[in-house]
Amino acid sequence: MIKETAYTFKILRFDAKKPDETPRFQSYKIRVIPGLTVLSVLLRIRDEIDGTLSFRSSCRSAVCGSCAMVINGKIDLACRTQVASFGTNTIILEPLPNFEIIKDLIVDMTPFWNMYEKIRPYLIRKSPDPEKEIKQSEEQRRRIDQFVNCILCACCYGACPVLARNPDYLGPAAMAKLERFILDSRDERPDSVLDEINNENGVWGCDTVFRCIDACPKEVRPTDSIVGLRKAILKKKLFGKYK
Amino acid sequence: MLNHDIIIVGGGLAGLRAAVGLCEKYDVAILSKVHPIRSHSIAAQGGINASLANHPEGKDDSWEKHTFDTIKGSDYLADQHAVEIMCKEAPVIVYEMEHWGCPFSRFEDGSIAQRPFGGAGYPRTCYSADITGHVLLNTLYERAVSKGVKVYSEWFAIALVIDNGQCHGVIAFDLINGKIVPVKSKVTVFATGGYGRVYQYSTNALINTGSGIGIAYKAGVPVKDMEFVQFHPTGLIGTNILITEACRGEGGYLINNKNERFMEKYAPKAMELAPRDIVSRSIQTEIDEGRGFDHPLGKYIKLDLRHLGAQKIMEKLPGIRKICIDFIGIDPIYEPIPIMPCQHYSMGGIDTNEKAETEIKGFYAAGECACVSVHGANRLGGNSLLETIVFGKLSAFAIDEYLSGNNVSPEEKPLNAKLNEIETHIKKIANNTGERPFSILSDLSKNMSSNVGIFRKKDELALVLEKIMEIKERYKNVHISSSSLHMNYELLNAIELGYMIEVAHTIALGAYLREESRGAHFRRDFSSRNDEKWLKHTIARFGADGNPEISFKEVVITRYQPMERKY
Repeated sequence: MIKETAYTFKILRFDAKKPDETPRFQSYKIRVIPGLTVLSVLLRIRDEIDGTLSFRSSCRSAVCGSCAMVINGKIDLACRTQVASFGTNTIILEPLPNFEIIKDLIVDMTPFWNMYEKIRPYLIRKSPDPEKEIKQSEEQRRRIDQFVNCILCACCYGACPVLARNPDYLGPAAMAKLERFILDSRDERPDSVLDEINNENGVWGCDTVFRCIDACPKEVRPTDSIVGLRKAILKKKLFGKYK
Repeated sequence: MLNHDIIIVGGGLAGLRAAVGLCEKYDVAILSKVHPIRSHSIAAQGGINASLANHPEGKDDSWEKHTFDTIKGSDYLADQHAVEIMCKEAPVIVYEMEHWGCPFSRFEDGSIAQRPFGGAGYPRTCYSADITGHVLLNTLYERAVSKGVKVYSEWFAIALVIDNGQCHGVIAFDLINGKIVPVKSKVTVFATGGYGRVYQYSTNALINTGSGIGIAYKAGVPVKDMEFVQFHPTGLIGTNILITEACRGEGGYLINNKNERFMEKYAPKAMELAPRDIVSRSIQTEIDEGRGFDHPLGKYIKLDLRHLGAQKIMEKLPGIRKICIDFIGIDPIYEPIPIMPCQHYSMGGIDTNEKAETEIKGFYAAGECACVSVHGANRLGGNSLLETIVFGKLSAFAIDEYLSGNNVSPEEKPLNAKLNEIETHIKKIANNTGERPFSILSDLSKNMSSNVGIFRKKDELALVLEKIMEIKERYKNVHISSSSLHMNYELLNAIELGYMIEVAHTIALGAYLREESRGAHFRRDFSSRNDEKWLKHTIARFGADGNPEISFKEVVITRYQPMERKY
């Protein structure tokens, strides 16, 4: 038999449709076998104890980016966080910071997607497409690798201290996405895109305190992208072009 | 009432590709129960097949050879003209995705990298490390953003509205605001994915309930070949997270407790790279005959990558390494991965043709929810990503042709009637006093995994059919905790469960009736293929008594006569 351990889950409850009620923590006691993730316990709580609990989830394997939240003070995906990893039998769950709560652990991601769309997150080409693939060396491909890995879970957005005080700041994920395209040997976007981020809402807003890097569950380093974009801006200023 | 020319349900690869193909000419909207980037296409790992002939050992590859491998892999149940179309189109769509920005891995000459995969005569699986679904979905979503495609994110299609042989749209459920809204459309496309969650052990995401298939079926659209369920050989023990076939494509071994590469007994030539149905059966046989390993979470076989070396694992399979470290505390550089076969893919689905058309005017389906059929009785690895994009694209052509040539006017009346019916159903669920949805689903999915799995038998299938009838009765009293409509996942689960039971019924009945073994459908009591009686598709329609009405349909054979399948 596998031994179960008793845990207390304290989960922040709030419903934006009932704005008069203040957010509160609700406690759930549940027995857990070793090796279970926070998400699997959340699913059991909703199934077996409280059907009104709201949270997002899908892939269970840290690839879809649905279940970002604050777990005992640390921002991470619930699906890849082991319940046993905290050395305590109390697990506190809160929604991602820097967003409005819709219900319980679900936040309104609209500002995140707005920033994502703002940087034109797609390959821009001027040259006609060849008949086959646009050639790219493995070395060129490797340059964008870490930024390609981003799953848009918004852990970094929730962790960013700049966004806490300036909601117009582009944020780490959007800048990592922009850098992913600027570094792509196939991309031909005009240099003028750099002017749009050459300000306090763009690359110069970053405090470079690396909270985004700590929060990323996929080992992406958004700060690298911000530093890279700053260098591109300086390069453009000095040499007239960034590439 | 909302109104669009075309409503596409599902924001994964098939749905996005259809939208991208139609949005410049028509008023198109995608309706998706999760944000499109969370769709299950994201989880595909190993790659997408196309005969680019980039690999040094694949210079002789061609779309015809890809076609042959796919048909042989399908155990000759695929419709051959449709497979030809898909394989011919494969290089076109791979280059197109590359031009749209897809970051494929590369060979030294700068061409798209390709790797060997199961059941394929040549290394033709194009990939981006082990996150190919992730890069393809991101690229197509980016393309959709660049074209300004309208998305209703976190909206669920509750019902499909068909009247007089024509589709008039869907009844949609805005999950965030808790509103139920009819959506009128000239054309409706379902790209709603597979039904993995009907099984207890599945690699699939939690969203893969198959409700789209169930919705279409209950609305009167026939479903095809539902008994053909793919069990992936290598799901991680416990969580059943997918461990890609690329592990074996890159040279990984399967090892039993006698330290043998046991695939030698079952597929001496292809070894670990035999098609999935064969490898899964071999693993299950090893486990059943006592040559597996014990784990508190079940019995398993080892997938050994250690001989590939740290560099290859980190370069080619970094995602797999991270999954193993995060979810089971094992680093595959130093330890073998404990795996077991589990449900992975739905070969069957909504009955469509090679243009993604169904028998209902104005209703199309593409991707895993559809059955063209290009996979027949067993899908080859690397062909599912391909199918989604190819048939998403071809559906756009067919829809354009339909709308250009016909004056289509959907009606509000059937939509309003269906809206009333749905509202009554939801009120009833909210006021019931029976069982919660999770306990009914857990019973259903356990029964499906135990009795409609890799090996099947008449008495077990009969048992499961009886059980499904009992579960249908229990579902009538399904009960939820709160009657509020917004962000009420328990309500969503209860609604989807109703459709999942119907899907399970068609799978189990198809498996019960098909007295032969073909591809992924293996009957212990009829262990060989019987082309004389069973070289045909199973069609299930929602009958007047609520049970599936079964009929059969010919398989299209062009130039590949059925042969014995050896690897």
